[in-house]
Amino acid sequence: MTQYGVVLFFTNSSVMRCEKLLKKEGHQIKLIPTPREFSSDCGMALRFDWADCEQVKLILDTAHVEIDSIHQM
Amino acid sequence: MDDAEEMIYLDNAATSWPKPPEVLKAMTDVLELAGGNPGRSGHRLSVAAAREVYNAREDIASLFNVTDPLRVIFTASATHAINIALKGLLKSGDHVVTSSIEHNAVMRPLRGLEKQGVRISIVPCAADGSLDVRNVVSGMNSRTRLVAVTHASNVMGTILPVAEVASVAHKAGALLLVDTAQTAGTIPIDMPAMGIDFLAFTGHKELQGPPGIGGLVIGENVDVSQIEPVMYGGTGSNSESQEQPDRLPDKFESGTLNLVGIAGLHTGIQWVKDRGIDAIRAHLKELTLALINGLSELSGIKVYGPLDANTTVGVVSFGVNHKRVSEVGLKLDEEYGILCRVGLHCAPAAHKTMGSFPEGTVRLAPGVFTTMDDIGTTVRAIEQVIRS
Repeated sequence: MTQYGVVLFFTNSSVMRCEKLLKKEGHQIKLIPTPREFSSDCGMALRFDWADCEQVKLILDTAHVEIDSIHQM
Repeated sequence: MDDAEEMIYLDNAATSWPKPPEVLKAMTDVLELAGGNPGRSGHRLSVAAAREVYNAREDIASLFNVTDPLRVIFTASATHAINIALKGLLKSGDHVVTSSIEHNAVMRPLRGLEKQGVRISIVPCAADGSLDVRNVVSGMNSRTRLVAVTHASNVMGTILPVAEVASVAHKAGALLLVDTAQTAGTIPIDMPAMGIDFLAFTGHKELQGPPGIGGLVIGENVDVSQIEPVMYGGTGSNSESQEQPDRLPDKFESGTLNLVGIAGLHTGIQWVKDRGIDAIRAHLKELTLALINGLSELSGIKVYGPLDANTTVGVVSFGVNHKRVSEVGLKLDEEYGILCRVGLHCAPAAHKTMGSFPEGTVRLAPGVFTTMDDIGTTVRAIEQVIRS
């Protein structure tokens, strides 16, 4: 079974920006309602394959995207 | 004269018409195919809506040469955007400089702020609307926080020297707000190169979108922590908190966004980019020049403004001797099917500056779909109305 990670953001616009960035790099990602175990936010979060975690972090870091936190699901 | 085929629409400075068919289609498509609440829910329709909103932000940022799309704030109108900048930034004791040809979108919020202790200086433009930047310099003082000017007069079309104004404003430590209601989509606008700190735009004029959508673009050098939101509320983010988020664009975008308007505006902008702003500008210049030349040959009328298509956008104002502008406007509509706007155009200051207050003028504003034939027909019709 695939292990997923999830990125939480402060704004939904940042979610959209990251979705574009990661898709462009060929990552398998999906936007999902923010998992309640990580936040009471009503917006959305970005789910990715946990195996790609370091690459995802690097891409977000390089693009200076402000993120709230990253969790393993 | 109620047949749409027979109309000549010359009121594009109020709102552009007709809209490109692609814009109408985008608006119905988005409701049908992506009609969730953008960024609120996380299901597929909400995500699709959020994608459309974000892509529109990117294209707007690129239109004004801004790197960060999160600095594009969607509003209901340019007026709404101007209110966010003025009321958010200016506090009692602050000083603001504006020009004497401003639309009430700038003047009225400033007059409201004046009652709360903000000091205002209105620096004079010449009767043709042109602004000598030295007047801006002498209007500023050590408390000047902001200079707020229109990019082009909605009455005479006169283009103001925004980049020069930015330069003197910045030298004095002030920021610059520019109202681009008459220029976005018809003149290339490069925010960083021109030194614009706050750019207010509307979607429903030459960006070819529908009414009800506009925006405020905040320059990358502006510290947004010093700007208080005008409106507070839900953003779909940070929901556990009862405090307004301080991040962009959410800080200034409470409440469900106008998704349909954004989709229409987005497609309008793509349409404008495809056609090319330089090509649009060239077309409007040709029409404006023909209009100025045609009207200038008529006796018994006075044409206002610089009478120069190079220093104006596609807006021409005139008055007729011994005739009320309302009578001229009604005749043009009823007898010739020519649609224009008469009166003060929500800009009493501009009319005082050009000497046409309180009567106002007849304003002709061609658009991208106006033809040279339309201009010829219009000039002949005006000649007949003058003689009648």
